[in-house]
Amino acid sequence: MTAPVTAATMALDGGIAPAASEVEPDAFVASRGYWGHVGHRLVRDPVAITAGAVILAIVVVAILSPWITPMDPYRGSMLRRLKPVGDATYWLGSDELGRDMLSRLMVGARLSLFMGVTPVLIAFVIGSSIGIVAGYVGGWTNTILMRTIDVFFAFPSVLLAIALSGALGAGIFNAIVSLTCVFVPQIARISESVTTGIRARDYIDAARLSGASALTIMRVQVLGNVVGPIFVYSTGLISVSMILASGLSFLGLGVRPPEPEWGLMLNTLRTAIYVNPTVAALPGLAIFIVSISFNLFSDGLRSAMEIRQ
Amino acid sequence: MSVIVQPADLAIAALRDRGGPAQPLLSVSGLVKHFPVRKGVGGKKSVVRAVDGVDFQALKGETLGIVGESGCGKSTTAKLLMGLIERDQGEMLFDGEAVGSRAMPWRTYRRQVQMVFQDSYASLNPRMTVEASIAFGPTVNGVGSREAIERARGLLARVGLEPKRFAGRYPHELSGGQRQRVNIARALALEPRLILLDEAVSALDKSVEAQVLNLLLDLKAEFGLTYLFISHDLNVVRFICDRVMVMYLGRVAELGPSDTVLAEPAHPYTQALLASMPSLDPDNRTQAALLTGDPPNPIDPPDGCRFHPRCRLAEPVCSQATPPLAPIAPLHQAACLARQPGSGHSLAPAAEQVAA
Ligand SMILES: Nc1ncnc2c1ncn2[C@@H]1O[C@H](COP(=O)(O)OP(=O)(O)O)[C@@H](O)[C@H]1O
Ligand SMILES: [Mg+2]
Repeated sequence: MTAPVTAATMALDGGIAPAASEVEPDAFVASRGYWGHVGHRLVRDPVAITAGAVILAIVVVAILSPWITPMDPYRGSMLRRLKPVGDATYWLGSDELGRDMLSRLMVGARLSLFMGVTPVLIAFVIGSSIGIVAGYVGGWTNTILMRTIDVFFAFPSVLLAIALSGALGAGIFNAIVSLTCVFVPQIARISESVTTGIRARDYIDAARLSGASALTIMRVQVLGNVVGPIFVYSTGLISVSMILASGLSFLGLGVRPPEPEWGLMLNTLRTAIYVNPTVAALPGLAIFIVSISFNLFSDGLRSAMEIRQ
Repeated sequence: MSVIVQPADLAIAALRDRGGPAQPLLSVSGLVKHFPVRKGVGGKKSVVRAVDGVDFQALKGETLGIVGESGCGKSTTAKLLMGLIERDQGEMLFDGEAVGSRAMPWRTYRRQVQMVFQDSYASLNPRMTVEASIAFGPTVNGVGSREAIERARGLLARVGLEPKRFAGRYPHELSGGQRQRVNIARALALEPRLILLDEAVSALDKSVEAQVLNLLLDLKAEFGLTYLFISHDLNVVRFICDRVMVMYLGRVAELGPSDTVLAEPAHPYTQALLASMPSLDPDNRTQAALLTGDPPNPIDPPDGCRFHPRCRLAEPVCSQATPPLAPIAPLHQAACLARQPGSGHSLAPAAEQVAA
């Protein structure tokens, strides 16, 4: 019963049927995997590379700052206050207590970056876990988790950060806790929507058919597909975190003087804004450069990850 | 190179066969799935009767085709059988044991039943190499990761993909036919007895389709598999299926040996379906479209026989009585009043004719 139909089926193709193997789509000789391709595309994006280089340079300076600052960032001089940018001794001027601005900016990068990255990193772990579970399990679990998350969205991030910090009290640790609480809902919401999309794919059904537990499926099959978009979104939050942390320090809720931190420096220099506006604006400029670099890098990463498959 | 079926495995396979060859492998009765939907914003709640009382049996070692227009409930049936969605009603017996019972818990059942999906790309994880995708199932079922990878490579070779070249590739680095071979290998990795193929070859080019069909036939013979083969292509069904089940709006319209059903269809719907299919023989092309109009909406299907609004044999009785799936010849069943004695349809045969 079978032979004639096979012949007919083959004939329908118009005789171009290749005998044994099919024509392969633009075959890669060596497979470098998805992240390999993303990296390959990322290094070909000049904007992303520049932004990445700026971030890297600032990170290196921040790490090495205790050994490479031209002057002691803590020692002031009442006689040499508010020197202008371009001064022979104080290259980037001096602050209201006569401390070297360049040295303070270099050391301040440590705390500023730390305050920018840490809350996002913690929120990335917590928020994506909540979002992936809510998105994968669905149903009541989803409703309860996501409606709770929604409560946090009723407040603007700035207000939420200030309110939490105010309630917890000043200090670096409390600032990090309150910033983490600001970002967890945002990351959870993104993770939930990405996971819900992945959840409907046939390969998740296929994994369920193999008898794997929900936890195994989330870990092995879901995580690899959602971590990319969540990561991109999170890198975009680092700049927000830096600005919010600076804002908290500015309000006296984050880093305490005399510790140099860009937001705090902006605060203490605000009295000098009419005397020496350039120097007063320097910490703001540093915050601006780092946040825009993180944003541009995150954009580059996003487009590098949009590989047609 | 037969890698997965070792003599020990064959012994296990024999042990797994509980009911003997005469026991149907899968026996389904009264399967129902209604999806709740809302008409418009804040509108009335209603249901899509996607599967509305399906009965059939898949015999050991056979290929049972499931055909019907798009939207008639084929995929929903497949997902119900796989337990991917929960059934509203109905009973499923696997090798004589009720699925979900103590004797045949879902876990045990699942390991013996696998599925190949239509979309070869969507059914493979884009971030996993093909060997990792194939090895995943065995790994979660307690096979060591090294052994699972070995098994995956053996299966790749078995489905015609040289492991050296293909094992480390990602799905987007393969053609549609190659991906579907990977999906078949993944289904085989758990050594199932029944494989559901939901439009598994429909998206492939004709030449590739023929190769994959031949591969499926080889694998079936080698591993003693039973197939449930869902398709809308009657030529493919004729080629690969022993028996065929025709579905219409969530119900079975006709069920019988594929030679008989496709040569002498008993149900007017099957006749229309066959007539609407382009003939392979150019001298024998019918232009007359027996199947007119879109299939009615499964949200409110017609009363009586679901096919009567489109049926050329429709009589008033067809809109009143729902025809059961009844035997019209040995091994051949149809749900049509015109074929059932005493139904009140003017074409219904006399009672003795069937008995004879
Ligand atoms: N999750 C769902 N929710 C609502 N309706 C659905 C769902 N899945 C399928 N349906 C409906 O059920 C009917 C049968 O669908 P399906 O089983 O996919 O048909 P087939 O595979 O035969 O084309 C269709 O009308 C479809 O729209
Ligand atoms: Mg379908």
